[in-house]
Amino acid sequence: MAAPPTGAAGGASILTSNTRTGRIIRWVDYRLPFVAALQHELNEYPTPRNLNYWWNFGSLAGIMLVIMIATGVILAMHYTPNADLAFDSVERLMRDVNYGWLLRYIHMNGASMFFVLVYIHIFRGLYYGSYKYPRELLWMLGVVILLLMMATAFMGYVLPWGQMSYWGATVITNLFSAIPVVGSKIVTLLWGGFTVGNPTLNRFFSLHYLLPFVIVAVVGLHIIALHTHGSNNPLGIDHRGPQDSIPFHPYYTIKDMFGLSVFLIIFAIFVFYMPNSLGDAQNYIPANPLQTPPDIVPEWYFLPFYAILRSITFDFLGIPGKLIGVILMFSSILLLFVLPWLDTSRVRSARFRPIYKIVYWFLLIDVFVLGYVGHNPPSGSIVTIGQIATFYYFLHFLILIPLIGKIERPRPLPISIGAAVLGAGAGAAAAGPTERH
Amino acid sequence: MPRQYVLAALAACLLVLGTATVPARAQEETPTPPKQDWSFNGVFGTYDRAALQRGFQVYKEVCSACHPVKHLYFRNLEDIGYSEDQVKGIASQAQVTDGPNDQGEMFQRPGRPSDPIPGPFANDNAARAANNGALPPDLSLITKARDGNGDYVYAILNGFKDPPANFKMTEGTYYNEYFAGHQIKMPPPLSADQVKFADGTQATVPQMAHDVVTFLSWAAEPSLEQRHRMGFKVIVFLLILTLVLYAAKRKIWARIPH
Repeated sequence: MAAPPTGAAGGASILTSNTRTGRIIRWVDYRLPFVAALQHELNEYPTPRNLNYWWNFGSLAGIMLVIMIATGVILAMHYTPNADLAFDSVERLMRDVNYGWLLRYIHMNGASMFFVLVYIHIFRGLYYGSYKYPRELLWMLGVVILLLMMATAFMGYVLPWGQMSYWGATVITNLFSAIPVVGSKIVTLLWGGFTVGNPTLNRFFSLHYLLPFVIVAVVGLHIIALHTHGSNNPLGIDHRGPQDSIPFHPYYTIKDMFGLSVFLIIFAIFVFYMPNSLGDAQNYIPANPLQTPPDIVPEWYFLPFYAILRSITFDFLGIPGKLIGVILMFSSILLLFVLPWLDTSRVRSARFRPIYKIVYWFLLIDVFVLGYVGHNPPSGSIVTIGQIATFYYFLHFLILIPLIGKIERPRPLPISIGAAVLGAGAGAAAAGPTERH
Repeated sequence: MPRQYVLAALAACLLVLGTATVPARAQEETPTPPKQDWSFNGVFGTYDRAALQRGFQVYKEVCSACHPVKHLYFRNLEDIGYSEDQVKGIASQAQVTDGPNDQGEMFQRPGRPSDPIPGPFANDNAARAANNGALPPDLSLITKARDGNGDYVYAILNGFKDPPANFKMTEGTYYNEYFAGHQIKMPPPLSADQVKFADGTQATVPQMAHDVVTFLSWAAEPSLEQRHRMGFKVIVFLLILTLVLYAAKRKIWARIPH
């Protein structure tokens, strides 16, 4: 029962085998250790044996990034970044380019799917304390990726140059005008003029093509940081020995592939049967600077932040409400950078943190409430609910998280991953009694 | 115990949100367009060819007096069941501006299948001038550009009514139940037996509205049938792949206790 898992057969032999392939690979690897690196990161890379399906979402997000870049590069071949031609070039693509509709619907819905995956990935990290020592930089790189994704998605949504593209761009770029002194200069710089127009579209297109490759680079750093200390796990305790881990390949490659296949089914349902359900009908109307749409609503994945932005309806200590809203919106994400130091508990997993577990779910509910508020016109009780939810969001991170770490009595941790998974007495290091769950 | 708190909190939130939406709904007087049973709904949905051709006839004889379909080309009409020769015939009935010729002049010639279907007005200003200041929107994306899609367009076409007794109408507008604000500048476009269908279908207003919405839905989303067919194959493939991968996953993980 306690036999340590063996690595994948075959993989290790290729670097030492005396076949022709073996010799070629050794020749290359002596000069550029590519296969050896793969070997190291996949075959030998020890992974906690107890990862659950919530750990699938990181690799899924990585694959989604590749899908977005692949479809996006082809879309760019057919797209014309000109305010007079952009809308029609997208329609041309949808109608006259072979499978153009498919590429565009994959890219459009892919953006939403990417955010679903990344939001689940983030909330996985929050639940199991993946941001804590020694993974603080890993977490912070993730927040950088999130910010880059948001910028990329926002600029991508402007490119079809529909009504919501144009007015969304107008509202969001105007946020920077709230910055004292230099605000209006920054907005002019973003626009490349005195209103959202052709120069805006051109620079957004350029940046929308650039930023995904920056994301790829940061994902690379994210993975290097991940592989330095290995994945966290549902128990949130460190690896203590070989009985705690299994090789990434084949155990997690096959699990990731199964998860990918399930995800692709959901993705395909959106692409083929409800491709416009997550978008706004207004964006099939060409941009019209003279006509404001009845409701300017961002894409769903920005709604909670939009709600925070709009929550401050009053000036405070002489600071305009608009500026406070902008500051709060940005700090709602920037806060995540310091989360590893706000959390005073040394126990990672919420499984062993009875109080944190409750506020975790409250935070999740709070974010959904914020999303609901962001979706609706700000009138009547919607405003009040938005203010309470915004207040609670910051209360969670700034007060509850530091406080709970101090007052909470965590449940006893299992002695090792191997012991917890394999049962008491199993594994060389698991000598003592173990926690049952 | 934590679970109970969470559920209680969730219920409380839903309750608050539920009551919060009531005033928002009450303000909104425009009714939601009723759902229609379109041939192109559902996983296997396709466009009803007879309805498409009748719809094209309604567009050509009624709507096209004011509304362009600028993303459509004559050649696209082969998709709705017309033969190549029929499309050539339809195209040649239109006059298209071409040029400049060797003398540097623009000239008129009969349309060809490769031409975009010409709109009724030279430009937006001409359209406004002819329509009491209102701009009749392009119809080639209309069903995708409105919440409610085809159901909305159908509801508008059938939604003209006498205004309620105390309702003040602005000059040059018409009362429409489903239009936001109820005052639409488009006069009721359809009247019974306005067109004569070749297949003998009775040209009632709901029938013409149904057919033209089918046509406009196709105009907005011509790839729908291909998309539905491909999606079915893709999903069946993925379901089988998922089962195979699940079996493989179980087999591989059986090597180790977990």
